[in-house]
Amino acid sequence: MNVLKETRGEKFFRVLEKNAVPILFLAICAIGIPFSGYSLNYLGQEVITRISRNSFLIIALLVPIMAGMGLNFGMTLGAMAGQIGLIFITDWGIGGIPGMVLAMILSTPISAFLGWMCGKILNMAKGREMVTSYIIGFFINGLYQLIVLYGMGAVIPIKSPALILPRGYGIRNTVNLISLRKSLDNIWAIKVFGLSVPVMTLIVIALLCVFIVWFRKTKLGQDMRAVGQDMEVARAAGIKVEHTRIVSIVISTILAGYGMILYLQNIGTLNTYNSHMQIGMFSIAALLVGGATVNRAGIGNVFLGVTLFHLMFIVSPMAGKNLIGQAQLGEYFRVFVSYGVITIALVLYEVRKRRDKARVGRLLAQDQTDVKEVK
Amino acid sequence: MKQPGAPLLEMRNISKDFFGNQVLADVNFTLSSGEILGLVGENGAGKTTLMKILFGMDIIHQTGGYGGEIFLHGKAVRYQSSFEALADGIGMVHQEFSLLPDFSAAENILLNREPKKSSPVSEVFGDRMDTIDRKSMQQKARTAIKKLGVELDPAMLVGQMPVGHKQFTEIAREISKDHIKLLVLDEPTAVLTEREADILLSAMRKLAEEGIAIIFISHRLQEVIDVCDTVLVMRDGRIIKDVPAAGLTIPQIARWMVGREVGEHPGRRAFNPEAQPVILSMKNLWVDMPGETVRDVTLDVHQGEILGVGGLAGQGKLGIPNGAMGLFPAGGTITFKGNAIPLNQPRRFLDAGMAFVSEDRRGVGLLLDESLDWNISFTAMQVQERFLKKYLKGAIKWRDEKQIQAIAKKYIDALEIRCTSFRQKAKELSGGNQQKVCLAKAFAVEPGLLFVSEPTRGIDIGAKGLVLQALRDYNSKSGTTIVMVSSELEELRAICDRIAIVADGRISGILPSDAESADFGLLMVGKQPDGSTEGGQG
Repeated sequence: MNVLKETRGEKFFRVLEKNAVPILFLAICAIGIPFSGYSLNYLGQEVITRISRNSFLIIALLVPIMAGMGLNFGMTLGAMAGQIGLIFITDWGIGGIPGMVLAMILSTPISAFLGWMCGKILNMAKGREMVTSYIIGFFINGLYQLIVLYGMGAVIPIKSPALILPRGYGIRNTVNLISLRKSLDNIWAIKVFGLSVPVMTLIVIALLCVFIVWFRKTKLGQDMRAVGQDMEVARAAGIKVEHTRIVSIVISTILAGYGMILYLQNIGTLNTYNSHMQIGMFSIAALLVGGATVNRAGIGNVFLGVTLFHLMFIVSPMAGKNLIGQAQLGEYFRVFVSYGVITIALVLYEVRKRRDKARVGRLLAQDQTDVKEVK
Repeated sequence: MKQPGAPLLEMRNISKDFFGNQVLADVNFTLSSGEILGLVGENGAGKTTLMKILFGMDIIHQTGGYGGEIFLHGKAVRYQSSFEALADGIGMVHQEFSLLPDFSAAENILLNREPKKSSPVSEVFGDRMDTIDRKSMQQKARTAIKKLGVELDPAMLVGQMPVGHKQFTEIAREISKDHIKLLVLDEPTAVLTEREADILLSAMRKLAEEGIAIIFISHRLQEVIDVCDTVLVMRDGRIIKDVPAAGLTIPQIARWMVGREVGEHPGRRAFNPEAQPVILSMKNLWVDMPGETVRDVTLDVHQGEILGVGGLAGQGKLGIPNGAMGLFPAGGTITFKGNAIPLNQPRRFLDAGMAFVSEDRRGVGLLLDESLDWNISFTAMQVQERFLKKYLKGAIKWRDEKQIQAIAKKYIDALEIRCTSFRQKAKELSGGNQQKVCLAKAFAVEPGLLFVSEPTRGIDIGAKGLVLQALRDYNSKSGTTIVMVSSELEELRAICDRIAIVADGRISGILPSDAESADFGLLMVGKQPDGSTEGGQG
């Protein structure tokens, strides 16, 4: 039988290692919270805000992981498309829910096109999807800057003086989304134990979760899971591997665009040239903190990840200040930690792959003794 | 059993060459519904190529197609892809599992043929948005498993299954297809335990009773005799025998497979290896080399001998040298000249004075873009720090070009390497000459023991003789012990003193090289010959 015998200790360490990242963050938060001096009420409120703000973006990452394409650093593309939608509706003066919906509609074709292009390129770089999508993000950022900084106002009609730089073309560094601010969150916000809960946003996120669960059960979802496990086997069974992979990236990019709009409606201001750049990094880091790996992630990982990662974000500046007298330490800490956690997760993934290989060897050795015992 | 009427499958005058190298010639046979046909033959006899032709695999079209005709139910067919063959009801179970580990048996059995339920969403976005009907999927899988007559839980994940169940899953996938008429099973029992193989054989009989024809490719001859109606023996691309299975014996088939009778080979030299001390001893070696898994090898190599290691492809003979050198994860113990050699550390293997000429010439063996003199001196320079001029107590090391050229010239002459000069790049040489450079590289290390893996693979017959001669000469001149791994029994018999045969990752027996060829054939399929001249290791 191909079941490896292992002692209780070995099993304990295997389970511990499997959940190393979430456990590490749990420990950081557990130590940080008392030092920060924040009340549990405050922390609870912050966590609810972060969940409603970030979850949608992180869920957008799940589809490519299902298709075996790893963490989609290319979600930045969707974020840019979302921002372009927001710039237009701000210029046209359409706020509130209609504005949001219109921004989403505007972002969809842009996201779909960018996602399709990204998927095409990733099909040429099989096995190196993550680094390739990361670099595509930088490449498209250049195009985005060209369009937003030089094209808008000059070629693309943007009228509002609040948006255009004084020189007559190009979008200002920050765009005020006041007409949009919290328009979804405030539709139905209730107070629970003194915490304000944006029920409507949470419902939207819940609907997305339902969509993901349903999607896994569709033929397309099943095909993606098959492609994710072994492209050659899937191809031999007649599944269109390349097409399936492109579709997964397109879905992810479109969802990332919607997620970005949702994220910015909560924040209320758009950092025209910065907002999208960090969002991919933070979303991926949060998902990994939730215990996801490069090839396996679920909805549970999303919510655990958002909670732990952002709790660390909130707590660390204050804890840093109280401990060392410097709030900046926390700011530094959170960037350092997000890159660090991605690195750790990637290394652990490789280590685990190697360990699985070693297990095959141990099985062979065990077989020898088994055969002897039978004899 | 054979049935009257037009045969289900007929192959007529099938021939195939790969760039002038004839691999199949004049292959004719017929197969009726419900018939089980056993296809046996040594590696390279052409079995796999024949099946690839039947399925219209890409590799056949890319290399210029094939000659002859295939008839299905009396109608000529020429498949352009395996999907066309599948559509006509021909299914194949490959040697390697093509299963998805994280999917359940049912999901694998019905991969890309899942029963679906349409929903309003799929009306708009196309049928890929249909949801999968899990209940009916389980049901369909259960039906296929029942048809096969085995015990298999459709909900079990393939990754957690024992190998036998994986094999059953794969066969169930083929028979769950509608209109399946012909099933090709390529070595389905190779990975199974005896009990599992028995279950599979009775499942095959059951399928045949239902009218499905089966082509059964196997090296386990007893199974072929037990289960098949007809046995087809192939050798060197031709069908040697097409006979009813009833009444055949294993030695008979083994002789047909190997073909050549005793007395052809040049004769064993007068050398008794077992009188010599043991130089290398392997105990309970296992090696995780994909496709060539070594399970439990215990083998003693004696000083000064040429020991052959033979066996069929995939049985683990290549894993032995690769594992000993540490190129693949390995375990067990290896003792060389009384010292234990740690595994998984190629450097320690080389430091101990052993060398390995890999079967992967272009990948591992040669620095293709470098000149011959560099290639020949490379390992000796890296491992033994020879051919170096040292200054400042070795803090600065320069290559000693004079010595490097001298050694290159020496081996170019000795091995008759055909090249313009020692400055020529390795990639510009022919296969046979590249192999000689690999040998020269190993000889330059002056090893105490040399592993040579598939030294004549991919080189022409003239060059083969020269390479083998070079090995034998080197052995008799310098007394270096050689362990030679090869799939060609004849070349092992030509130069070795003893030949160990590997079957299922274990040594099934060791015979002197002038033993009966039928005995080697038996060892290859894991059977002990009756009057063996020398006992194998239990």
